[in-house]
Amino acid sequence: MSIFEITIVILIISASAYFFGVRKIVSLSAKYKKKPDSLMKYYGKNAVIWAFVPAFSMLVAYSFLAPVYIETVFIDKLSKIFPEYQQSQLNLVYAQVQNIASGFLESSDVQLLALSEQLTSWNEKAQSTRSWVILLVLIGTSALGYNKIKLRFPARVKVEQFFERLFLGAAVTAILITIAIVVSLMFEALRFFEVYNFFDFLFGTHWSPNIAIRDDQVGSSGSFGMIPVLAGTVLIAFIAMLVALPIGVFSAIYMAEFAPRGLRDIIKPTLEILAGIPTVVYGFFAALMVAPFFRSIGLSLGLDVSSESALAAGAVMGIMIIPFISSLSDDVINAVPQSLKDGSIGLGATKAETIIKVILPAALPGLVGAFLLAVSRAIGETMIVVMAAGHAANLTANPLEAVTTVTVQIVALLTGDTVFDSPKTLSAFALGITLFVATLMLNIAALTVSRKLSEKYD
Amino acid sequence: MGNGKTNTELIAKSLEKRHRRQTRLKYYGLFSILLGITFLIILLGSITLNGYTALQQTVVQISVNISPDKVFDDNGNISEEVMYNTNWDGLAKKAFRQEFPDVVDRKEKRKLSDLISSNAGYDIKWMVSQNPSIVGKETKLWVKTSDDVDQLLKGRLTVNVPEEQRRLSNSQLKWVKNLTDKGIIKKQFNTVFFTSADSREPESSGILGAIIGSAIAMVVTMALALPFAVMAAIYLEYFAKPGKWTDFIEVNINNLAAVPSIVFGLLGLAVFLNFFELPRSAPLVGGMVLSLMTLPTIIIASRAAIRAVPSSIRDAALSLGASKMQAAVDHVLPLASPGILTGTIIGMAQALGETAPLIMIGMVVFLVDIPTGFTDAATALPVQIYIWSDSAERAFYERSSLAIMILVLFLITMNLLAVLLRKKFEKKW
Repeated sequence: MSIFEITIVILIISASAYFFGVRKIVSLSAKYKKKPDSLMKYYGKNAVIWAFVPAFSMLVAYSFLAPVYIETVFIDKLSKIFPEYQQSQLNLVYAQVQNIASGFLESSDVQLLALSEQLTSWNEKAQSTRSWVILLVLIGTSALGYNKIKLRFPARVKVEQFFERLFLGAAVTAILITIAIVVSLMFEALRFFEVYNFFDFLFGTHWSPNIAIRDDQVGSSGSFGMIPVLAGTVLIAFIAMLVALPIGVFSAIYMAEFAPRGLRDIIKPTLEILAGIPTVVYGFFAALMVAPFFRSIGLSLGLDVSSESALAAGAVMGIMIIPFISSLSDDVINAVPQSLKDGSIGLGATKAETIIKVILPAALPGLVGAFLLAVSRAIGETMIVVMAAGHAANLTANPLEAVTTVTVQIVALLTGDTVFDSPKTLSAFALGITLFVATLMLNIAALTVSRKLSEKYD
Repeated sequence: MGNGKTNTELIAKSLEKRHRRQTRLKYYGLFSILLGITFLIILLGSITLNGYTALQQTVVQISVNISPDKVFDDNGNISEEVMYNTNWDGLAKKAFRQEFPDVVDRKEKRKLSDLISSNAGYDIKWMVSQNPSIVGKETKLWVKTSDDVDQLLKGRLTVNVPEEQRRLSNSQLKWVKNLTDKGIIKKQFNTVFFTSADSREPESSGILGAIIGSAIAMVVTMALALPFAVMAAIYLEYFAKPGKWTDFIEVNINNLAAVPSIVFGLLGLAVFLNFFELPRSAPLVGGMVLSLMTLPTIIIASRAAIRAVPSSIRDAALSLGASKMQAAVDHVLPLASPGILTGTIIGMAQALGETAPLIMIGMVVFLVDIPTGFTDAATALPVQIYIWSDSAERAFYERSSLAIMILVLFLITMNLLAVLLRKKFEKKW
């Protein structure tokens, strides 16, 4: 049976479990002339939970884990047939066998054909075992659930307990996702650091991830010094903040303190459209409109502006971040207690003096928080830089030259046709974990700083 | 004071300066806002100016006489096999060259043939299979021109440069002029763009494949993210006991909302593709990755919506004997659902525009087929924009602009829907 068919069977049995559950409690209640512990429908629901949940979780677990299990066992088997092969070669053979088995690949190698036949028979066996195991579980737990129905059985409490646990599970997924990110990135990154020195990665000043395909090839040993990539990221983020910070903060001041209410209601959503535009659109704009524009301006001034200049990518990223800064700052400025403003105005300060000397200093922690969040956004931004920034790692502070960023390198390293186990692809995960840690620290710093603001005035 | 001015006079004098400073600050703010809005207008305006021309495609009329033995089998039935063996490309080119009988040089003939789309033959084949009655007689058909001719007639090809730097030669320009004079070349609505998937030839490429890929991914995202988000929100609002554990969950959610999207792509690549060996480029995996990304957004929105329902509703339910679960699910949740829906739509709009994580799981592929299932290889609308903007042909530039317009239109519609929903169901308690 296919997954779809099994799901249908599970659903049908679960639906009938409701019906049978309610019927049983109705007849029990009639027989003993007593009201049951909970409402009738809860006995039905309880039966459904018993029927559906174990079988369905089994199905999900089986479909995820069976291929992984088969692969492990099969590769183990392969390693006995080809004792001279390394792990990566075994993986390759397995992929080949898999492709032959599913008909994507044709082969005349007798050994491979035999192996692929074996794999097919294993897969079929796994599938038929799956049907039997799940049907057995389905019938067994349904019967168990049905059996539990008694007049004194607290069905509502049980059902609600189940749902509360389910809800808790949903809330915990947030933690699970974080753990999954850290573990999966770490796992691949550690494999990278097995072949490449950690400190060379962190402090090396030369980044050229090309690996020699032949041993005698010149100059392609692969060098993974992160500094130039990091410098490029910082340069572009710096340019972006140079654009976004003044425009964002001044807009926020105007909106919070000067704009008439009607105008504010128009300006705020309009600026927020900028935040809703997908980053790929900004990337398109930067690469195909802004960069050529800057280049032609540069040419007319006698400057050599790269067509992938950091300036174009940074400026467009700045435009993207404006609404982020302006709405965060707007909130922060509004969070400054009215009493402070009133006090300042009452002492005869003008509105401008109140803003600069009272509101902004009071709101400073929040503004710093907004700034840090915006920086975290800028260094994690991908599409703009992938489309508009360079691919070669230059260690330069000149905004007119092309630089590369962490995110550009991740995309470049993982979209080529490379073997997954090469240091080249693994280095992308090392960059990924660096990016994750950097943004995590910025976010936590932002949170801590802006919490100071609310603590101060609450 | 010593210099003969009173305090009042001094203050009055400085006041002017202070007010000037205030006006200056105000105008800085106004200027910043105008700058932001100008950027928005330039961004959307330039893309619209670039993209709207892709709504039309240039076609040229050719006159063909398809002999029946190229379409029908011996029994006179239309036959796929016979049609498969017919050289439609040659047929289209030959028919087109009949317009210029005086071109005899082989090289010139090839240049002439280059004026029509290299897919013109396929188009004729398709027209024949739709309407076999055109076979066997002289018929006039409109076929697509090459993208260079298309761009030329849309005024996007620079012609006042030396011949070697141009995509069209002098004689080609002359022929196009001749066609224009004869009135057998025209622009018509670009239906192909909305009914097909990607192609190597700009004139045959469309976004339907990408839209369907996006739609499938969105269905998966919604099916996974919404239930989890609502359950998590109810738990955090009504069941979680305040303490370190709950704080930790909250910090995690807030932090996940700020994790760069590419990191979710890496997660998807490492876990879904490499560990669980799910198919590459599949919209199913794309949707799963996007659901991880949108989950925190929807949780935060759902919690806000639940908190906006006054506690008196819940208290009333509890005091009438409802259990905690009944009060939350039967009484608060229905009242909070418009808010949850609004938050979901905004989260989905975010997911729809997301590109980077989809690139990581291999949804950046060249596909001429429209995906039909969850595990078919597919692209998504933003990924298609990325693919096209990388292409050298000018005509793809125009097409990716139009694709952007369509994507932005989708997003604006979704956001408007969210605003309208909020307006319609917003309750002042």
